[in-house]
Parts: sequence; structure tokens; C-alpha cells
Amino acid sequence: MQQPNKLSPFFENLNFERDDNTMVINFGPQHPSAHGQLRLVLELDGEQVVKAYPDIGYLHRGIEKMAENMTYNEFLPTTDRLDYIASTSNNYAYALAVEKLLGIEAPRRAQVIRTMLLELNRIISHLFFIATHALDVGAMSVFLYAFREREFAMDLMEDYCGARLTHSSVRIGGVPLDLPAGWLAQMRNFCNAVDYELEHTYNALLQENRIWKMRLEDVGVISTEDALSWGCTGPMLRGSGVAYDVRKEEPYELYSELDFDIPVADTNDSYGRYRLYMAEMKESTKMIRQLILKYDETEPQLMAHAPQYISAPKEEIMTQNYALMQHFVLVTQGMRPPKGEVYVPTESPKGELGFYIKSEGEPYAYRLKCRAPSFFHTGLLQEILVGTYIADVVTIIGSTNIVFGEVDR
Amino acid sequence: MAQHQVNYASSGGLPVALTTVDHLINWGRSNSLWPLTYGLACCAIEMMASGASRYDFDRMGTIFRASPRQSDVMILAGTLSKKHSEFARRLYDQMTEPKWVISMGSCANTGGMFNTYATVQGVDRIIPVDIYLPGCAPRPETLQYALMMLQKKIRRESANMNNNKKQNLRLI
Amino acid sequence: MRKYVPKDNVQGKAYYTDRYHVVPSTPREDVSSDEVFVKHLEILSSKVEVNRAEIQLGSMIVEINHEDNFKALEILKNECGYAQLTEMSAVDYLAKDGNFEVFYQMLNLKDVKRMRLVMRIEQGVAVESVVPLYKSANFAEREMFDMFGIVSNNHPYMRRILMPDDWEGYPLLKTYPLQGDEFASWYEVDRIFGKDAREAIGPENRDPARVDRHDTKRFSRVGYEVEFGADISQGETKTAIEYSKTFLVDYQEADGVKPAEDRK
Repeated sequence: MQQPNKLSPFFENLNFERDDNTMVINFGPQHPSAHGQLRLVLELDGEQVVKAYPDIGYLHRGIEKMAENMTYNEFLPTTDRLDYIASTSNNYAYALAVEKLLGIEAPRRAQVIRTMLLELNRIISHLFFIATHALDVGAMSVFLYAFREREFAMDLMEDYCGARLTHSSVRIGGVPLDLPAGWLAQMRNFCNAVDYELEHTYNALLQENRIWKMRLEDVGVISTEDALSWGCTGPMLRGSGVAYDVRKEEPYELYSELDFDIPVADTNDSYGRYRLYMAEMKESTKMIRQLILKYDETEPQLMAHAPQYISAPKEEIMTQNYALMQHFVLVTQGMRPPKGEVYVPTESPKGELGFYIKSEGEPYAYRLKCRAPSFFHTGLLQEILVGTYIADVVTIIGSTNIVFGEVDR
Repeated sequence: MAQHQVNYASSGGLPVALTTVDHLINWGRSNSLWPLTYGLACCAIEMMASGASRYDFDRMGTIFRASPRQSDVMILAGTLSKKHSEFARRLYDQMTEPKWVISMGSCANTGGMFNTYATVQGVDRIIPVDIYLPGCAPRPETLQYALMMLQKKIRRESANMNNNKKQNLRLI
Repeated sequence: MRKYVPKDNVQGKAYYTDRYHVVPSTPREDVSSDEVFVKHLEILSSKVEVNRAEIQLGSMIVEINHEDNFKALEILKNECGYAQLTEMSAVDYLAKDGNFEVFYQMLNLKDVKRMRLVMRIEQGVAVESVVPLYKSANFAEREMFDMFGIVSNNHPYMRRILMPDDWEGYPLLKTYPLQGDEFASWYEVDRIFGKDAREAIGPENRDPARVDRHDTKRFSRVGYEVEFGADISQGETKTAIEYSKTFLVDYQEADGVKPAEDRK
């Protein structure tokens, strides 16, 4: 063994000729299909995986530690960087947890906008999943098509909040902005386009594609017991035949008023999960269409009225003395939520994203724990990879849809 | 015996073009910059977007390669954590000369908003960087602009890399 | 006089608190207000000792002794239908109460109920691993060990998960500063180049607004431009300002138009 602190190249990733005739290979942390910085140490017998050991932490940035050193509003943009494919869902999960702690509720129009943005983010995330999953499995053209649609969704996000990736579009107590003019019409067009493309492009390219089916069917089978025991949520859990969706079972925002179905696959394999993602995108467009109609019925208020926690609207700050004073205190010192603890689950595109916040009545959270779905899905890899072939490893990693900002935090 | 059909006296001497070796080699280098797919965090998504349909990096001769041994430029896209830093340096060492580094995003430049115990405060602590690309996350247009800046830089350099004043961290 | 900074908790604190500020508390309800939770609590309290039970913001919180954690989770899983352990971690109360609070966040999919099993442990005490019951605890317990140093007994693979194996310190302890300790600040340099390189590379810049006056690699001073990387610690010479020459006015030569004497 060479000195690991000197950079003379040595080949740690190939280790032939062990006593038991297995080969240990190192996969990652920088591998194009590792979805970020996953490092897998695989022990192979021929082409079959005997033992898999996922090594994570290569994107650990200390976000939970940052939460203890930042006021509640300061921390919100940091949540963008958790699951950076669908930032709004993180913003929302955090904002909802703080709102529940404060005991406030966003006004109706903010709820409509939030739900719409959440579903738009779900489409963005699922399109990204289809793109990268197909790219990993070998279907390059799907990547290009899915990114085309994704860019249109990003345009919508950009029109709303100005950012493509790190949105910070949901604030504690509501949303910062109203929808720009003409946005809803664009949204409707986008929904139509996505529905059309799902039917005519992705389904046509993938659904009955012989190679796609051969690569995905019966690969990465997760039994229902395993899925529950390993803490799988979201599409991973529903792909194993458990119809549990936080939006339906513990509804938040406007999900209790919307008419939508929870697609469930009982094949337990990667192909079933792929079908599920496609079906979920359709449900999302269905929900967005219903929300567009709801938007016009709402009052223009965007932020909840809770002067001790949330700054007044800009006009009031500029015109009223007391609002300005409150704003000054809230900006310089931060809000002080009541003493207590809260855990709020939400259904992010990847699964159950929840924030556990322990507040001691200070402007800084005493402890913030982000329950990231991908973290637990990564843990699952050490079990489902065993016994599969090395070519399927990439399929299974792609099908778990893990994002490393969220795994490592 | 084939006879010359070209009249060198007319049309400015075409098809003969006179140039320097520097110019010719740098023309080639700058127009086929193959980056390493080194996506670390959020910026990787924007890097992928710049390689995808709308922004189409291929038209600039930029084709992402998955191996450091085939690539010329390392686009370090995202937060470099301390645990990963060792691998970043090893990948850089595995790249063949001449090689360039674009540090994409605030986290790679300075640590950015992650001023914490686990983040390398700027990749220039371990790797020499040619282009710093600000933004969190930078848009694909910004990455394209950075790449064009790098092309410009390469064209101004000498083809012999030893002549260039490159402030490498040559510690080993 | 130097300001006193407490060593046992170096996290962010409010710099000003109103003297008359009374910290409000989130509404707490008795467990008897929810019939499903009552049932679960009855089953649990008949087998293990329950120190505290309440409902806070929709989820039940039950505090038990830390020796009973495996038994309690077994009861919750098999008899109360809590099929998922969605999250587990710890909260550092060392500075305040001298112990950690470990919590298990459970989900009952059938009744759609969430509860949190809470227990206090002293520093240095190991908890019993719950991996045989819930495999999701595999990574979660490793993360708890990595972040707080709380060891789980009988865990299949008790090693650091997020931080490197040779890391020193437990980052989420309240005594650990946000920007890391001495070891953390030199970690990548030591690891890659060795300790000898510390001097050449220099300490980390933790101040995002810092501008080094003598750094000619990243900054240049208008009017005093020098070569890239030149040493200007002894002062730099003034460079003449080059104006663009137009055919109408040559600013360099023309009388009456003089370059500004000193520009910053």
C-alpha cells in the first residue's frame, strides 16, 4: 500500500486475485452515472455483485449545522441546495414546518401558487429522472427530448421567481410575488405540451421499447416488506405496491381539494417505477389545470398576516411606522418561534421530505433535521444490489432517483 | 506527373495559408475543448443543461468525456467537500497536459454560501484554476461564456506550455 | 476586556433579547384527546416505563428510558402498527442538561399517525441498535454516530458515514464551531499535499469580503497595474494611463488635457 497522502497514482479501484476469487471494484465518487457523488464499493463474482457498500458523504456541506447558526429566514435559500432538481419542494417543506411551528397559515392565493409550483417542480424533477435514467441505460435521445421540455418548465419558473435552479420561491408565510401576467396561459400551454409529449415522445420511445424493457423489467425488485423496513417513500414505496402518498393521506395546502389519483405499481421493479413516474407527471398536469381555475377566485393577499413573525407587505413598511419597526426587528434579529418541536412531512418528487425543527424560542433553530428521502433510498442499495449483474447496477441506481445534495446534506 | 494547378500569384496565394505553429496548435486546442463530466452538486445540473438540447455545447466543439484521460478541461461544477478534495486532485493529475480548469459556481470559487467545516474554501487551494465562473448556480449561458473566455485565453497562450506563466501548485 | 464566549455552546445566538420577552410555547395536548394515540400509548405503557407523553402539533411524543428503546420499538412495530421508522437522530443538550435526546420518528401507514419516541442518554452511553427491526436505522444510526458520537450497540457496520473515516470531532455537537476546528481547516491540504504544504498554501479564507492588498494574482489596482503574480510588497510603480487614440484628439499629447494625478 502506498502512502495515501501523496498523489502518486495507485490503482485502488482494481483489486484482483483475492483468496475467494472475487474482484473488488470501486464505482465513483465521480462516475457519470452515479447521479452525483455516490461511491459504491462492489465485490464481484464474475459479473454478479456479491456485496455492495455505498459510501456517501462526498457532498456533505453541513447544512444542518448551518441551520443552527442562521435565523429562520436566512436558512430558506440554503434549502434550495438540498434537492437541487426540485428546489421549491424543499423550500416548501421547510416553510411549512416553520409555519406549523408558528401556527400560521398562508393565504389562499399563496396556497394556490405554492401548490402549482410544487407540481411544476414535480414535473421538472420527473423529467430529469426520465432523462438521466434513460441516459444511464443507454437511450441518449430521451435525454435530449426530456431536457427540451424541462427547459420550458424552467422558463416558467424563471418567469415567476427569476432563477432557473435555486428558486427560493416559497417563503415562510406565503409567497413573495404574485404570478406575472400571462403566466397561467403559458402554464396551460406547457401542461398541454407535456401531456402531448408524454404520450407521443416518451411513451413512443420507451414504453414498449424492447431494450428498455429488457434492461428494466425484473431489475431492482424491492419487496413490500423491504420497502417499508428500509424507510422507502414516494415512488419507491408506491412502486412496491403500497399506496401511501403524503398528499393524499395527510393533505397539506390544497391537495385535499384537488381531484387526483395516486398511481401504484405492484411489479416492484424498475419498469414499474418508471411507469409510475410517467403516470405521476400526468396527474401533476391534471392538478395544475384545476389550480389554474382556482387562482382567479382568490384574494390578492400573498403573505400571512402575523406581525410578530412575518414582515408586512412592502407598501405598509414604506408608509406605516409600526410596520417598519417590526420589519427592522425581524430583519436584524430574526423571528422567534414558540418553544417546541415539530416534524412536518411533505411529498417531494423523491419521496417524503420532512423537516424536524426543535425550537427553544431563540431566533436560531436549536436543531434542524432534514429527513431526506434519498438518504434512505441510498441505504437500500446495499441490499438490492446484491445478486444483480454489474450492468444492472446503473439501472438500479438510476431507478432509485437519488440526489446527493439531499443524501449528504 | 501531377502538375500544380494553382496559380500562387493570384487570389492571395490560396490555398497556402501562412501562420505560426502557436496559432495553428492553439486553434486546434481551443476549438475542441473536451471537458470532464465533473458534476459535483447543483451546478452539475446546469452543466448538463448546457450540454443538452437548448444550449447545445457540441456546436462549440465541446463534448463531455467521462474519463479524465480523454479530456482537456475540467469543469469543476459544484461544492467540493473536504472528503472529495483528494479525488478532485487525483482526477486533475490524471488529465493529460495541456489542461485547464474552470471553477463553476460560487462554491467552487470560494466556498460560497457553505462557509462550513465540510467544504473546501475555493478549489484553487488544491487545483490551479484558469476561469472563475460566478453565480449560484450560473446559467448555462454563463458557462458558455466562460468556455469562450477560456478559448480566448488559450489562443493567446504559447503552444509550448512551459512558456506559459501558469501558476500551478507544483508541490509534488 | 474580552467578551465572554461560552465554550460549551458555540452556535449562533441572539445578540439582543428583550428583557420582558416571554418565550411562548407551542400548544400541547393531552394524549387522551386522540383516541388512536391513547390506544397505542396504553399498549406501550403496559410493557415499558413511559416518562412523559403528550401530543404536540399533531404528533405524539413519548419519552422512555434509553434501556427500553429496542423493546419499545418492537412493541410499536408489532402491536401498534408503526411500520416505518422514517427518521431518527439526536439533539445535543449537553450544555443545558448534560445529555443527548435521541428521537425515533415513526409512521403508522394504516392509521396515518406519526409519533416520536424520545429518550435521553448521557454522553458516552451506547444505545441498542434497532436495525433488526427497521433497516432504515442502518444509515440513520451511522449518521447519528458520525454527527454526535453516539454509538449503537450491535450495529452491523458502525463507522462514519458522512465525514471521512479519519475525521476528528463530531460536527453537530454544540461545542463544534460552524467553520470547523484546526483539524478541519487543514484537512484537505494535509491529506493531499502533506503537512509540509501548509505554509505554501496558507490558511483558509473564511471572510468572503477579504481583499489582499498585495495579491496580484486575483486583484489589480487601477493605475498601478503590474505583471500577474508580481511581488508588490515593496510598493508598485505608477503605470501611465493609456487613452485610446482617436484621429480627432490625442489625449496623451494634447495640451490642457492631463491624466488624473492619482486614481484609486
